[in-house]
Amino acid sequence: MNLEFQIEGGNFSRAGHASSEIKKMLKQLGVDSRCIKNIVIAMYEAEVNVVAHAFEGLIQVHIESDKITTVISDKGPGIADVDLAMQEGYSTASKKVREMGFGAGMGLPNIKKNTDELTIESTVNKGTTVKMVNHF
Amino acid sequence: MHYVDEILFHFELFGDLCKNLYKNMQVSQICELLSATIICGNKYSSATIERGYSSDLMSDVLTLDTDNLLLITGLCNLQTIRTSEMADIKFIVFVRNKKLNDEMLALAKENNMCILESPFTLFKASGLLYQAGLKPVY
Repeated sequence: MNLEFQIEGGNFSRAGHASSEIKKMLKQLGVDSRCIKNIVIAMYEAEVNVVAHAFEGLIQVHIESDKITTVISDKGPGIADVDLAMQEGYSTASKKVREMGFGAGMGLPNIKKNTDELTIESTVNKGTTVKMVNHF
Repeated sequence: MHYVDEILFHFELFGDLCKNLYKNMQVSQICELLSATIICGNKYSSATIERGYSSDLMSDVLTLDTDNLLLITGLCNLQTIRTSEMADIKFIVFVRNKKLNDEMLALAKENNMCILESPFTLFKASGLLYQAGLKPVY
C-alpha cells in the first residue's frame, strides 16, 4: 500500500495531520499499538521539522506485510552538518517554533530512537530527505 | 551496623514508604484537587490515572514510553493536542487558566480525549497531584 501527503512549510495548524491519518490507517490494519506509537512519533517529529524549517515537503509511505517505509523529503535550507543535528540539544529553530513547544534539539535523536533504520540525506539550500523503516 | 549501612537502610525504608503512598487517581478527584473543570470527555470522570508528567515542552512529551498518563501543561496550542494524540495521551490538564480554542477542542473530541482546565500554576498543580499520590514518570 502506498500513500502520499503534502506538507506546507510554516503551517503549524496542519502539522501532524499526515501522521494522524497514518496512525488511523495502521490501527485499522491491526498493527501492534506499541509499534504504531514508534512509527507515528518518528513521523510526527519529521513532519514538524518540515513545517518548522522547510518551504514544502512530501511524505511517502509504503506499507508491506512486515514493515513500513516512510520517506519525508522537503525543499528548504537543508542541514549543513547532519552529525551535529543528530546531537541532542542542537537546534536552529526559530522563536515561533519554540513557542509551539518544539525546537529543543530533540527531534532527530527521537526519530532515531523510534525507528529501526534511519538515513538522512541533505543538501544545503536545496532540501533534506529522511528515510525511516520500522519493522512490525 | 556501620553508619553508612544504617543511612542506606533508612533511605530504603523511606523509598518503600513513598512507593506505598503512590496511588492511582480518578479524574473526578483530580478536578477537585485542582479546582479544574472537565472541558471535554466527561465520560472519563471515573477513569483512573497512574502517572503525571508536567511539561511545556512537547519535544520532551514525545520521548515518553509511559501509558495511562496525565499531561499537565500550560502550553495551550493545537500542537499540544497533536502531540498527545501521537503519544497516546488521553488526559490533559491545562493550567494557568489557559483556554482551548475551537480547533483544539474539535481535535481533542475527535481523539476521544479528556481535557481539564485549572486556574492553578504548573508548580501548584503538580505539587498537589504528587502530594495526593500520583506517580511521577521518572
